[in-house]
Amino acid sequence: MTTMPLPPFEYHTPTTLAEAVGLLAGSPRAALVAGGTDLLPKMKRRQVKPTTLVSLAAIPDLRGITTTGDACVIGASTLLADLASSDAVPPMLATAAGDVASPQIRNAATIGGNLCLDTRCNWADMSDGWRQASGYCMKDGGETCWVAPRGDRCWAISSTDLAPVVIALDASVRLVSARGERVVPAEDLYRNDGIAYLTKDPDEILVDVAIPLPTRPGVYRKLRRRGSIDFPLLGVAAAVACDDEGTCTSARLVVGGVSSAPVRVHAAEAHLVGRRLTDDTIEEVAGLVSSPIRPQDNTDIGSRYRKWMIAVQATRALTELRS
Amino acid sequence: MGHDYAVVGGRLPRIDADGQVSGRTRYTDDLKMPGMLVGKQLRSIHAHARITNIDTSRARALPGVKAVLTGEDFPITYGILPVSQDENALALGRVRHVGEPVAAVAAVDAETAEAALALIDVTYEPLDETVTIEGALSGDHTRLHGEGTGTNVHRAAALEFGNVEEGFALADHIREDVFFFGGNTHAALETHSAMAAFENGRLTVWSSTQVPHYVHRALEKVLELPAGRIRVIAVPTGGGFGGKTDPFSHEFVAAKLAMVSGSPVKITLTREEVFYAHRGRHPVLMWVKTGFRSDGRITSMAFRTFLDGGAYGSYGLASLYYTGALQTTTYKIPNYRFEGVRVFTNKPACGPKRGHGTPQPRFALECHLDKAADDLGLDPVSIRLVNSVEPNSMTVNHLRITSCALDACIEKVVAESEFSAKRGRLPRGRGVGLAVGAYMSGAGLPIYWNDMPQSEVTIKVDRGGGVTVYSMAADVGQGSTTMLATVVAERLGLAPSDLAVVTGDTDLTPVDLGSYSSRVTFMAGNAALEAATKVRDRVVEAVADKLEALPEDLVLSDGTVGVRGAPGSEVTWPEAVRLAIAAKGPLAESGSYRAPKLAGPYKGAGVGISPAYSYTACVAEVTCDADTGLVEVDRVWVAHDIGQAINALLSEGQVEGSIYMGIGEVLFEEQAFRDALHRGPSLLEYKMPTFLEMPAVDTYLIESDDPEGPFGAKEVGQGPLLPVIPAVVNAIHDALGIRIDEVPITPDKIVSALRDQNRGGEGRVGPTGIPEFEFPPLQRVEPPQGAPR
Amino acid sequence: MSDHVITLVVNGRDHRLVVDANRTLLQALRENLDLTGTKHGCDLGECGACTVLVDGKPTLSCLTLAVAAAGRTITTVEGLADGDRPDSLQVAFAELGAAQCGYCTPAMLLSARALLDVDPDPDPDEINQALAGNLCRCTGYVKIREAVQLAAARDRA
Repeated sequence: MTTMPLPPFEYHTPTTLAEAVGLLAGSPRAALVAGGTDLLPKMKRRQVKPTTLVSLAAIPDLRGITTTGDACVIGASTLLADLASSDAVPPMLATAAGDVASPQIRNAATIGGNLCLDTRCNWADMSDGWRQASGYCMKDGGETCWVAPRGDRCWAISSTDLAPVVIALDASVRLVSARGERVVPAEDLYRNDGIAYLTKDPDEILVDVAIPLPTRPGVYRKLRRRGSIDFPLLGVAAAVACDDEGTCTSARLVVGGVSSAPVRVHAAEAHLVGRRLTDDTIEEVAGLVSSPIRPQDNTDIGSRYRKWMIAVQATRALTELRS
Repeated sequence: MGHDYAVVGGRLPRIDADGQVSGRTRYTDDLKMPGMLVGKQLRSIHAHARITNIDTSRARALPGVKAVLTGEDFPITYGILPVSQDENALALGRVRHVGEPVAAVAAVDAETAEAALALIDVTYEPLDETVTIEGALSGDHTRLHGEGTGTNVHRAAALEFGNVEEGFALADHIREDVFFFGGNTHAALETHSAMAAFENGRLTVWSSTQVPHYVHRALEKVLELPAGRIRVIAVPTGGGFGGKTDPFSHEFVAAKLAMVSGSPVKITLTREEVFYAHRGRHPVLMWVKTGFRSDGRITSMAFRTFLDGGAYGSYGLASLYYTGALQTTTYKIPNYRFEGVRVFTNKPACGPKRGHGTPQPRFALECHLDKAADDLGLDPVSIRLVNSVEPNSMTVNHLRITSCALDACIEKVVAESEFSAKRGRLPRGRGVGLAVGAYMSGAGLPIYWNDMPQSEVTIKVDRGGGVTVYSMAADVGQGSTTMLATVVAERLGLAPSDLAVVTGDTDLTPVDLGSYSSRVTFMAGNAALEAATKVRDRVVEAVADKLEALPEDLVLSDGTVGVRGAPGSEVTWPEAVRLAIAAKGPLAESGSYRAPKLAGPYKGAGVGISPAYSYTACVAEVTCDADTGLVEVDRVWVAHDIGQAINALLSEGQVEGSIYMGIGEVLFEEQAFRDALHRGPSLLEYKMPTFLEMPAVDTYLIESDDPEGPFGAKEVGQGPLLPVIPAVVNAIHDALGIRIDEVPITPDKIVSALRDQNRGGEGRVGPTGIPEFEFPPLQRVEPPQGAPR
Repeated sequence: MSDHVITLVVNGRDHRLVVDANRTLLQALRENLDLTGTKHGCDLGECGACTVLVDGKPTLSCLTLAVAAAGRTITTVEGLADGDRPDSLQVAFAELGAAQCGYCTPAMLLSARALLDVDPDPDPDEINQALAGNLCRCTGYVKIREAVQLAAARDRA
């Protein structure tokens, strides 16, 4: 028998986007579900309590990778497994998709789901009984964030592997609701707040991700303890364009898993531009990447270590890029 | 070792493999009965509190709810050890850890049961929490057991064998170290489950348990039912590792819910609940001081342990003594002092996990020895060989050593791994480590005092020649059912797959104490061998009569009984059986095993004695990432003195599983708490190694032919884990020159140590001292005859 | 709560079921269809014990809604054998001792079958990667890896 039953809910399987946004517009306590690998555990733990689930699985338009002359467009329902094995997407995106969780999860989870992955915290991602024992935290409707009890915000962590990558690739996402459609830079999809971590409105559906082509060469370096299953302790996405002399002409440096939103480190990017990727430059840039980031102690392994590792992973990403 | 066995030592598959690979093997949660209800338990949200009121009226009123229980329904306490009867099936008046069961319901389905739990109103009056060893010893906390404030000491022990101070006086070099072993848990993939039915005044409990006999006794006590009206069935169990070796709350609760509701009830724990049921490896703080002669010989050793026991006794008294008992089984220690204390804290109770109380001191001892070797300018191999125990000797603490191939094990792994060529010579970041260990082939004494055998086996043979072996031994994956079939088949000249084996059922099978302390091969195996020998003798006698041959000239092989050297004389096995039945009636014979009386002349001597010890040596080779602190174990070599493998394939599997579990314990896994709150009771946060963390392994089974084991066999399920942990720690030292005296070695500890090393520090992470504690007066014990001098 | 009438195609047979939306595929298999070969170890997608094949791909049945699996092709351990002829993986697992307690075995077999169906000759690293979402607590994975290689070799022969 099941040990963790799901709570009851209404379930809808719209076959068109229009139908889906209509359902969302009409039910304020509805949640979107694609692979369900993020949502269903949270529902089993009674962290979220949607009364209606709107599945995106039966909308064929949302799945697939299309490359035009100037963009690679990835439908939100495209599976991570398909991304990981795709030659049509930038390699760093395929790498990041293949680094997510486990093979089984990647066979269900989607790019849209990963980009909208709820923030995580080891005070929040617990059973209801555990949360009662600790006292419900801010993300749970309580008064206090147990990570920083004297603060006034929730520090749950953005743990998506793909967000730093699509930001580094200058991607934009298309959001559709009954009210219309808008395209926003991926970077602007996120807000550094563990609760309201997305700028997407609840009635909006992330429909696709567009990556402008050509892309800068890039790498994603995920740090985790086990080679599978685990969320990132942190992840560094670096995309750097250089001229023929090896001088950097533009750069994107984004760190995930350290804050409630992916952190794009503009100062480090600026320092890199106009310089070659020498050991010294890499060390300076890695220091700049690390400098503004203050990981909290709310995931596996403490904050001090994760702080140290930002520069290590940034160094490795840039060194790998150089070769 | 020169024996010509037909099936013993072979590589035959498990006799129950078909069910496993077809999905037809039914585990407890796969069982169902008509009208079965779902049971669920409400668990404490406080680490330490009085329960001032429980109102179950709203839950009882919920449609679909068939029974509700609270602590008042279970006034009688239980505990696995007779001296630690400190648990109630549901908390009575007080809760002592978060997750402790407080109330329970049976309902028509899981959703209703869960809804009912939310309608039970419990009023708590919180008490101060004890969460650390130091806090427990401080004396100013509310006592977990008993009333008022005071220390939360469960039990302390102090023993001295020989004269430790005199031994230190003989030393050329004395070294002291402090270590900490973080607690961890079994995390069998199957969560605990029990189903109960009460019919015709008889209770039947199906459970994923390693110890049906002890569950039987505990149910008798707590439910006040005659044992003869209780049947416990140990269902094929999805992994145990010691985690299903206590009687558990849900077993009593399912039984009582079935009795109260009149319907069968099943309770299956969630993964989180398993972390609260726990009984896993104790966190242990350790101090060791050893005197050495300049050639590395040990003159004296003092060992202190501080165990964080969690909220209840469980096996803890035994665990306490185990942290001091087996140091002497690998090394000749002429003078030895052990002082240990186990404390209660407001966390789930610790208990026995694979190696029970010995992996922690083994980790400390093996790392300590490597450090001493460095001090003395010796290498890790020679300091072990110069001290290694000899076969047929006595240890200073009165443990009897019989077969022992420790030296052969060390030499094997050192040679195969090219340890000596690699140590200190691999590029920075890569290293090798060596360690050894020894473990019991079954605890020498039962858990409750009695004069009866520890294992009984009955064999019944039908007129068609079908052989059925009956034993209460529970197969928890280790292959004990196949072991029994192999032992009996060898003696009867049959194939293991010819046999039926009925196990783990208190109505059907004679007692075996259970699948713990690596006892089943040695004890149930010997009982099976005795029963099979009796069957053989009956058959041989009858066939000898028929063939007019001498019984001693008959051989049983390939399903026949015939005269040695006279081909064509054979009688088929079924015909031979019919002759035996015709001659003397039903062919059913029993055998039993009781360990020799081995306990030394002191209090606590019951822990550590065993009819035989297995020996293991391990070399681990690692690659450490000095930037991230991540450690990859590249290869592990294990040589294990198994006496004689009954089944080499399954024995290798035990070694490989032990290596895996050891790697998990040394690098990944910790039952970690933030004060009294579990940091991550899930398989996401509890980092069990995946395929990607498991290195290549080389397993060598060393056969020393134990004089008392069945066909010379000794244990293999637990011992091989012991040296893996320190071998990896020692390898990390070889790779980076740092010393992490604390497991698990998470990457942050490595990076911290390296940063310290870079700043000119000693490059060490670990505890810096031990708490003040006044141990009880030393019990001074004369070493036995034949102990090391 | 909404009832859904669905058809699950399991091991080649159609099963018409009426399920609530919140019923997982794991529950439907184990409780509605009594296919208890599919196990559960965490119910949260963290151990892989509930893996079944959905359209040939290893999928966590504890995180799949039964309604979402409707109409798709589902293979459980009970469907691996071809009549009385066991799958080569089942034979190799039994032969090489790749099952100890056996609890992770059904899921492990299915993940391995999905691998061999797309890669008949995987090297050890590919096996590790493909099975990295299936935890086993007993074997240390060694004999599982060997069994997958043996089955692959026999499949190719």
